[in-house]
Amino acid sequence: MKAIVNVFLKNGVLDSQGKAVQHALSGHGFESVKDVRVGKQIIIELNESDASAAKEKVAHMCEELLANTVIEDYEIEIQA
Amino acid sequence: MKVGIIQFPGTNCEYDTQHAFAALGCETQILWHKEETIPSDMDLVVAAGGFSYGDYLRSGAIAKMSPIMKALKIYADNGGKVLGICNGFQVLTETGLLPGALKRNEGLHFISRHHYLKVVNNDNIFLRKCAVNQVVNIPIAHHDGNFYIDNEGLQELYANDQVLLKYTDSVGEIENPNGSVDSIAGICNKNKNVFGLMPHPERAMETLLGSDDGRAMLEGFINA
Repeated sequence: MKAIVNVFLKNGVLDSQGKAVQHALSGHGFESVKDVRVGKQIIIELNESDASAAKEKVAHMCEELLANTVIEDYEIEIQA
Repeated sequence: MKVGIIQFPGTNCEYDTQHAFAALGCETQILWHKEETIPSDMDLVVAAGGFSYGDYLRSGAIAKMSPIMKALKIYADNGGKVLGICNGFQVLTETGLLPGALKRNEGLHFISRHHYLKVVNNDNIFLRKCAVNQVVNIPIAHHDGNFYIDNEGLQELYANDQVLLKYTDSVGEIENPNGSVDSIAGICNKNKNVFGLMPHPERAMETLLGSDDGRAMLEGFINA
């Protein structure tokens, strides 16, 4: 079983990297760009057959280590 | 006076810190991160600067999982004095021993230069030898020094005199190098026994090397 974890800065916490990428895209003529956010993706292979148990474990990993919940939010997608 | 200095893989300021405290007459001991206890004779434990675990994932994030951090938490909860410098400050916020978090610098650059700081509060052992509003010249060297805390947390810091240092110019006017909330460079916990700052007082011990303003700061811990 595979878990895809996406970690992003919370709304309201300035994402300087996202802003820099946005300005670069706009400056290169991509005028339709409204906003850019830069985050990270963590892919975890798990020895687990139950999707909800896997999700619970990965959520625990996010709280303990993968995300800093003072400034970041996370999303978990479980793939069979 | 005995000072323990924590060494993670990737820490690189432990020997500068050791040199600085030795120059102030302290006994020092490097504490490897795999240790599960803090020696009982330590008067101060310093989490030194550097790039613990290569700053992978987030600065200080993987270091907080090291065995010594559990021991440090117990040490601090029992009133033990702890100082986190630069990466050590990041480790202490990641661990929850200090509030807030340190984000990527607003301008995205690694900044390495001398910077002036203003002392905001000296009612604590760390800055007791400095005067309020005193301006000190201390090197900074960081990529993730952008201090963030939500508004409620910020008000709490001010209410409890936990804001210790702000980035300024040479006359004490706010000059913010990295986007930190309210230009904050250093804080302490509510009980005033855990301290963290991004600048490096241990690199400001000799006028020959640009400044010795770090001396008065570190001297606060001596015989405190």
